[in-house]
Amino acid sequence: MKKFIYLDHAATTPVHSRVLEAMLPFFTERFCNPSAVYTVAQESRKAVDGARKTVADILGCVPRDVIFTSGGSESDNMAIKGGALALKESGNHIITSAIEHHAVTESCHFMEKLGFEVTYLPVDRYGVARLDALEKAINQRTVLVSIMTANNEVGTIQPVAEISRIVKNHPAGRGRTIIFHTDAVQAAGSLDINVDRLGVDMLSLSSHKFYGPKGVGVFYLRRNTPFISWQNGGSQERNRRAGTENVSGIIGTGVALQLAEENREHYVRHCTRLRDRLIEGIMSAIQDVHLTGHPTERLPNNVSFCFEYVEGESILLSLDFAGIAASSGSACTSASIEPSGVLLAMGVPVQVAHGSLRMTLGTDNTDEDIDYVLSTLAGIVERLRSISPLARKSAHV
Amino acid sequence: MYNPRVVDHFNNPRNVGILDGADAQASVENPVCGDLINLYIKVEDGRIKRSSFQAFGCSAAIASSSIATELIQDKTLDEALKITSDTVVGALEGLPSSKMHCAGMAADVIHKAVKNYLDKK
Repeated sequence: MKKFIYLDHAATTPVHSRVLEAMLPFFTERFCNPSAVYTVAQESRKAVDGARKTVADILGCVPRDVIFTSGGSESDNMAIKGGALALKESGNHIITSAIEHHAVTESCHFMEKLGFEVTYLPVDRYGVARLDALEKAINQRTVLVSIMTANNEVGTIQPVAEISRIVKNHPAGRGRTIIFHTDAVQAAGSLDINVDRLGVDMLSLSSHKFYGPKGVGVFYLRRNTPFISWQNGGSQERNRRAGTENVSGIIGTGVALQLAEENREHYVRHCTRLRDRLIEGIMSAIQDVHLTGHPTERLPNNVSFCFEYVEGESILLSLDFAGIAASSGSACTSASIEPSGVLLAMGVPVQVAHGSLRMTLGTDNTDEDIDYVLSTLAGIVERLRSISPLARKSAHV
Repeated sequence: MYNPRVVDHFNNPRNVGILDGADAQASVENPVCGDLINLYIKVEDGRIKRSSFQAFGCSAAIASSSIATELIQDKTLDEALKITSDTVVGALEGLPSSKMHCAGMAADVIHKAVKNYLDKK
């Protein structure tokens, strides 16, 4: 078989066999609508409730605070739009960071069109949101703060609990609500996502990032948090999100999150070890490379670099030919031909950001995979540099 | 994503490097995506006898530059000036729509190199 090493787990993960097994009956023999009255439909209802309880136990909340959605993007949209709109009488100011996922950033742009003001907090060179800037940004009109738990491109972990303390104790919020939301899509399975320890009112998850199915996610909404539902037309999810439940997806989410949580310690140890081997190997084999993101406060599975003088898409294509699947924030890999806003916000120069490469590990990666990547990558970068006009040494013909 | 001809020119780019004794050179940079192409030409009896390139950019930029050096081989300066983005795309047997600007850059750098040669004379 042709070699295939998958290093793009931040994009998506395969469905765990036990997750698939648990889901399958709900496509066929247990297909009934959980809202139906007859006895057999109660099985679907029970299964959905069971999954909700599982998720709630891991988040450390009550089941009714868990809303199933179509994924991380929908959950982020619900948080920003549903939270800010519910508080529009109290203020019109939203705070987020400059390195959020597009689902948060674009939702904020949408709110700007509706007359809200948005502060995009700067980050330091490692991608950590500037807490001094947050402190200053909160004002009498602030209604919502959204800061991700961990970044999808560079893996930097944000001090969410500390951010929560700043938001919740700020004098400008005295006597009224400032909602704090976190996009924890990349964090599940790697970090503690207990909502009380994080101190969040809203939290987003996406099942396919933790070996669950695509097209399903979780929106955590703390009880009594102001929220306006804007998907209407049914009483599902306690009137907060209309539409017949994605029963099989919800079952899969419960099992996947349970497995991810049970396996978390092992997963973190496994990925961290491979991650550090890969990072050290690259730094010792290749010159003029920059590790992007925080050196220690980073997701256990995230390896992200910028290689000077070369461009990320051509690295990706060369890796693909060698049987390695990875990703890049380079302009040339996106339809918009603009480079990653995350790297630029961290102060990485445009030309350097061009050479970005992200490799995200998973449970199935092995030491042999790391050996193979290390034996391949240096040659790829060297070849591309031999073509580049920016490289230190140029070929002559 | 890319056809075999593009892949071939990306994996085995022709005429890479600085051309020693070049009669003219040109650089084109795309300010949006950041790609950069250098082209060097050597002219004899009004024809491009030798050329080479350097590229900082995606695989399509590298392949477009590589095939550009083949397209201008032995062409008169007038013929080289007539090469367009479409000529480059045609020679590569197609590019994804999001990569068409790479072929445009290759055509631009050819025109610029020829003009630089004519200006020097």
